[in-house]
Amino acid sequence: MTALLEVREVSRFFGGLAALTDVSFSVEKGEILGLIGPNGAGKTTMFNVVNGFYPPSRGEVFFKGERISGLKPHQICQRGLARTFQVVKPLQRMSTLDNVVASAFLRAKSKAEALAKAEEILKFTGLWEERDMLSKGLPLGSRKRLEIARALATGPDLLLLDEACAGLNPCELDASIEIIRKIKERGITIMIIEHHMKVIMSISDRIVVLTYGQKLAEGTPADISGNAEVIKAYLGDPDGD
Amino acid sequence: MQRVAPLAVAALLALVPLLPLSSYLMHIFILVIMWAIIGMAWNLLGGYTGLVSFGHAAFFGLGAYSAGIVYQSLGWSGWWGLPISVVVVTVFSLVMGFVVLRLRGPYFNLSTLAIGEVLRVTAQNLDKLTQGDLGILIKQRSWTDKQNFYWVVLLMALGTYYVVQALVGSRRGYYFVAIREDQDAAESLGIDTTLNKTIALTVSGVLTGLAGAFYFNYMGYIDPKVVFDLPGISILAIMIVMVGGAATLAGPLVGSLIMVLLAEWVRSIPKLGAAHMSVFGVLLILIIIFLPNGLVGDFAKIRRLFAWKKAS
Repeated sequence: MTALLEVREVSRFFGGLAALTDVSFSVEKGEILGLIGPNGAGKTTMFNVVNGFYPPSRGEVFFKGERISGLKPHQICQRGLARTFQVVKPLQRMSTLDNVVASAFLRAKSKAEALAKAEEILKFTGLWEERDMLSKGLPLGSRKRLEIARALATGPDLLLLDEACAGLNPCELDASIEIIRKIKERGITIMIIEHHMKVIMSISDRIVVLTYGQKLAEGTPADISGNAEVIKAYLGDPDGD
Repeated sequence: MQRVAPLAVAALLALVPLLPLSSYLMHIFILVIMWAIIGMAWNLLGGYTGLVSFGHAAFFGLGAYSAGIVYQSLGWSGWWGLPISVVVVTVFSLVMGFVVLRLRGPYFNLSTLAIGEVLRVTAQNLDKLTQGDLGILIKQRSWTDKQNFYWVVLLMALGTYYVVQALVGSRRGYYFVAIREDQDAAESLGIDTTLNKTIALTVSGVLTGLAGAFYFNYMGYIDPKVVFDLPGISILAIMIVMVGGAATLAGPLVGSLIMVLLAEWVRSIPKLGAAHMSVFGVLLILIIIFLPNGLVGDFAKIRRLFAWKKAS
């Protein structure tokens, strides 16, 4: 069986800086894969390569067995791969509802169908009460959820969540974890970048650790939290240098 | 309601020539409606899609010269310029879009500005085809009185209104606004931004070109300095939309009424008249500061202001 997403020896350079070096991993259908690493490890760059914003400098990305590296983001989205942004990008002067409708049009044949889809998604993500607000007026927690709602409205098979829980208060955090779990129950595969260890350890099936643009480790949450290399990458060498 | 109201307004306006109006007043009415068409066209690209063009004179002039050259070189009626301008402007927009739609923000704005100017200079120098600065003159215009021109331009405006309304209310409208708000987000949500920007540019250009072709037939004379004019065409188109209200359906209509009347009035004031462009500049600054969404977009704000005055 081929993996849903396969990243093969991907490198990405910015000038002389190697943001990613020969990173390979795959995402299996139905799982939640956590992508963690210290700041600047290349996590968001990896999302940008997978999503099509940057072509990889070397290596290839396959989605559902098809080579997607080199395609444009909208073509990749049409194939069923959606993402959210770490720095939220709401369509500011559009209402929350219109934000989601604009995305739902991707798979809807009519405006009525897009509206129905958007309504369902907004209720699912708990944004229905705020549907008529301009999205620039939403609090951060709602804007983070709007990112998820919009991505969901495109009807993805794989969802890339870039720090969808960063900056949330504990209450919002629990709500977001709940939403991510429910998204998985819908049969949508998830790859998630997260700094919040409580979140990443509790929801991930597997974790990939990046540091300095290279893959450091891969395994179950239990493997990773016991991995000496990972602890060193995060906390420094216990022997003190 | 949304479909019937413009039709009712148009029907009422269609009765205007039956009133005993002077030829000058009819001329003003025709200009207001023609500028409403250009405003609606500009608004589709600048207001809804967020691609602010400083070069709509390029489309206007191309439309006008399509009609002019058909008349001058082929000896056909200038009205053939309407369908022919659609073809010419479509081809031009696709080529232009291929180049300028790669640019973002100020770079896009500046490139449109340049294209308008490039076309003006080109038209001045291609004198075999355009007769350069001599311009093209119609020996005998289709009608001597103005009412038929008025009805033609009114019909064109109604058509333009419906085209814009249909686009804005549909999937395309959502895509256009999404691109305006955040192009990267739109792209990652599966919206083909290049395709949709090209559609907005082409439709906007074609509608403006049609107004240009009408202008040739109505005025009976064009030269490059008039129809490719930067302040007179490109900037005025922006002002009309800014004053009326960007990304609103009624904004360009209101804006065109105000700007055309204002232009006529200011020009008639002794001494100040020559500086009418400066007056427009000051007006634009005031609008941007106090009514950034234009008269239609900030209508609620204006009403509150007046209600507050009454209360105190």
